[in-house]
Amino acid sequence: MHFLLFSVIDNIRSLGWGGAFQLLRNGIVLGSLYALIALGYTLVYGILKLLNFAHGDVYMVGSFLGFGVLTAFGGALNPGIPLVPLIILMFAAAMVGSGVLGVSIERFAYRPLRNAPRIAPLISALGVAFFLENSAQLLTGGYVYSYEALDLGGKNGNLGPLVSPVFSVGGNPVTVVQVFVVATAVGLMVGLVLLVSRTRFGKAMRATAFDREAASMMGIDTDRVIASTFFIASMLAGAAGVMFGLYIGTTFFFMGFLAGLKAFTAAVVGGIGSIPGAVVGGLLVGLLESFAIGYVGGQWSDIVVFGLLIVFMLVRPSGLLGSYAIQKV
Amino acid sequence: MSEVPDTPALPEPDEARIGVDSWVAESDRRRAQRRGPLGLVARGWESSPDSVKLLVFIAFASTLPFWLNEGDLFSFGLFTLIYATLGLGLNVVVGWAGLLDLGYVAFYGIGAYGYALVSSPQYGIHWPAEAAIPAVMAATALLGLLLGFSARRLQGDYLAIVTLFFLQAFLAFTGTANPTVAGVGLTGGPNGIPNVDPLKFFGYELNSTKQQYFFLLGVLAVVAAAFYLANLSRTGRAWRALRDDPLAAEAMSMPVDRLKQLAFVIGAATAGLCGAIFAAIEGAVVSTDFTVSVLITIYAVVILGGLGSIAGVILGAVVINVSSQFLAPQNDHPEIKRWLFYGTVLLLVVLAVKPWYRAMVSLLGAVAFGFAVHAIVAAHAAPSWTSGVAVDAGSASTAKDIAGWVVIPVGHGNFDTLAYIAMVVALISVRNLSGWWRTVALIPTLYLTAVVWENLLAPNPAVTALILFGAMLVILMTSRPQGLLGKPRVEVV
Repeated sequence: MHFLLFSVIDNIRSLGWGGAFQLLRNGIVLGSLYALIALGYTLVYGILKLLNFAHGDVYMVGSFLGFGVLTAFGGALNPGIPLVPLIILMFAAAMVGSGVLGVSIERFAYRPLRNAPRIAPLISALGVAFFLENSAQLLTGGYVYSYEALDLGGKNGNLGPLVSPVFSVGGNPVTVVQVFVVATAVGLMVGLVLLVSRTRFGKAMRATAFDREAASMMGIDTDRVIASTFFIASMLAGAAGVMFGLYIGTTFFFMGFLAGLKAFTAAVVGGIGSIPGAVVGGLLVGLLESFAIGYVGGQWSDIVVFGLLIVFMLVRPSGLLGSYAIQKV
Repeated sequence: MSEVPDTPALPEPDEARIGVDSWVAESDRRRAQRRGPLGLVARGWESSPDSVKLLVFIAFASTLPFWLNEGDLFSFGLFTLIYATLGLGLNVVVGWAGLLDLGYVAFYGIGAYGYALVSSPQYGIHWPAEAAIPAVMAATALLGLLLGFSARRLQGDYLAIVTLFFLQAFLAFTGTANPTVAGVGLTGGPNGIPNVDPLKFFGYELNSTKQQYFFLLGVLAVVAAAFYLANLSRTGRAWRALRDDPLAAEAMSMPVDRLKQLAFVIGAATAGLCGAIFAAIEGAVVSTDFTVSVLITIYAVVILGGLGSIAGVILGAVVINVSSQFLAPQNDHPEIKRWLFYGTVLLLVVLAVKPWYRAMVSLLGAVAFGFAVHAIVAAHAAPSWTSGVAVDAGSASTAKDIAGWVVIPVGHGNFDTLAYIAMVVALISVRNLSGWWRTVALIPTLYLTAVVWENLLAPNPAVTALILFGAMLVILMTSRPQGLLGKPRVEVV
């Protein structure tokens, strides 16, 4: 193990402060994506106590929907409409499409299992995830598709406006798309917090999460609340899918599974059921992954990330911002 | 004597009916109604002890090598036995102890890599199987004990995710990390470890598929018998108590933590055993043999037959492996998958649509509907819409017949995608209809399913198998969570 440690120290030295800033920047952008997906997990877990394995694949479907809109309007190199409405349309299609998908998953795979033993909906969720992932493989031919995000809106082979720098720190640029991803993620999160804490619907959601039976006795249509929660959660995942396409530039059928796993852990790290917790957890996991790639090396990064997450979940399963649940008998 | 005597009412069952599912409560009565030779066989099968059932299965399975050729025995026979043994191990963890272990396949992989490291030219070590297999099992059992520590602290979804991380870390370690040990990449990276020694017990080498098959059959028999006895034992009862209510089990002073770890250890050792045998039979180990797809397949094996039932696991292994082998991209019988598909659809419609004449209306309607659609498309659309040819149709006449019924377009890019999505939506909607609406809606749905099958699924059989396993998990969980052979759990509230 010591040789690994030495190479880490070497990497830290050779990358220097500039490298550290790049890793920090990439980590924050990646973390915002994880945070958006993690919010979906945390909402669904909070209300149903269900680990929705299919959520990662909803994110993948959202990414493909955005790609479909982009292709329908002539592709990234020669878009038929201006850039801003195009991106808005991509987000709208991905968010609505993913939302509808999420609601139908809830309706057909989870609702019949409301009162089943806890293992049943988990296996059902695993089945949905597997079904979606392999359907996507079948329909996309298993290829990796390029958003061509670097050239998006660029003419004559120039780089597009999305990758032009907004500001730079010590010669390391922060591009429009990076700022855009973080800003959109923050905007959606603020909207979600307001929705949950300030509206009537948010109150119904909190009541359903607290005690479903009591909530339904108070006249809350819990089935509708749960379906709406799935819609919102899946919408956020769809938006994250398009952002991934714009930021990383590719979309592929197996992108959902690992991202979903990491995002669920982000939700757990932050304390499941807590919205600020999901954001903090997402950023932490994103930073951890980014620094692991930079300092430990790409082939070890997944092992380091998963190892640390296993240890964290064993040591503090209630998360950073969560509280210990007391089991009542 | 003019009065017609009343038909004697069936006696009411004496067991309590409160909190009991009526379907379960009336099972005795239904069984008594089965008459004729078939009923005799069914009753005889149900009343015979489990040891007899296992013997019947083993007796049947041992005839396979005499009427299957080498290749079929390898793909249909050997792999069914490996899946069955793997499923039995998973059944201990998930079916009896109720712990959702998603890292199970990692132990299978560790078993395979472990065997490959001590019996291959990789490091020039060639242990005989009688030393290598126990060593590998001990190693996987130890790892199972370590992973089992997580079950002490975590439950349900948290345990599932931690074990899944374990699997992902294993895959990353073997597939990409591949640390260099003693000058050689430990796991061979994406190329894996080639030239693994065959099984060799005390100088006697198991070379032919037949020998390996009988060896595996013996392993399966021993494992099944051991687990059967374990299930009857005190520990087996404790596991089931733990699964049904961990809190109550703990209150009854059961050593909950130790029971969980014991289940993990036994599952891991079984998976390690299977992995070692798999490595020896395949002759090579690659990390892509231990992915999440394999995990889902093993779960499908355990859940199809019924969680917690040994006979169910074996039945599930037979069904899953035989169907996935027919759907494998390369096999000797490419045309069979089509008849298997249409046969399954036919069976499902006949079983699910009652009474029989509605099923007939749906099926015959779908056939007629297909010819009508094909005729209309052929008459009014461009010829490219019907110019396609069915894949692997066996004889030329079958190919022609199918292409004369199903619309197979050529060069209409998005048709497949749209048809697939339409099929999923149609199937889901049909499930929610009832009565004549369902009968009528089934007609276009069945035809659409056939269109998607011929255009998209049959040309990509490997992915199709995975999609079907995923869909099967959802459908079974939502409609019959106890599987085909499992006993429905009665929740007394």
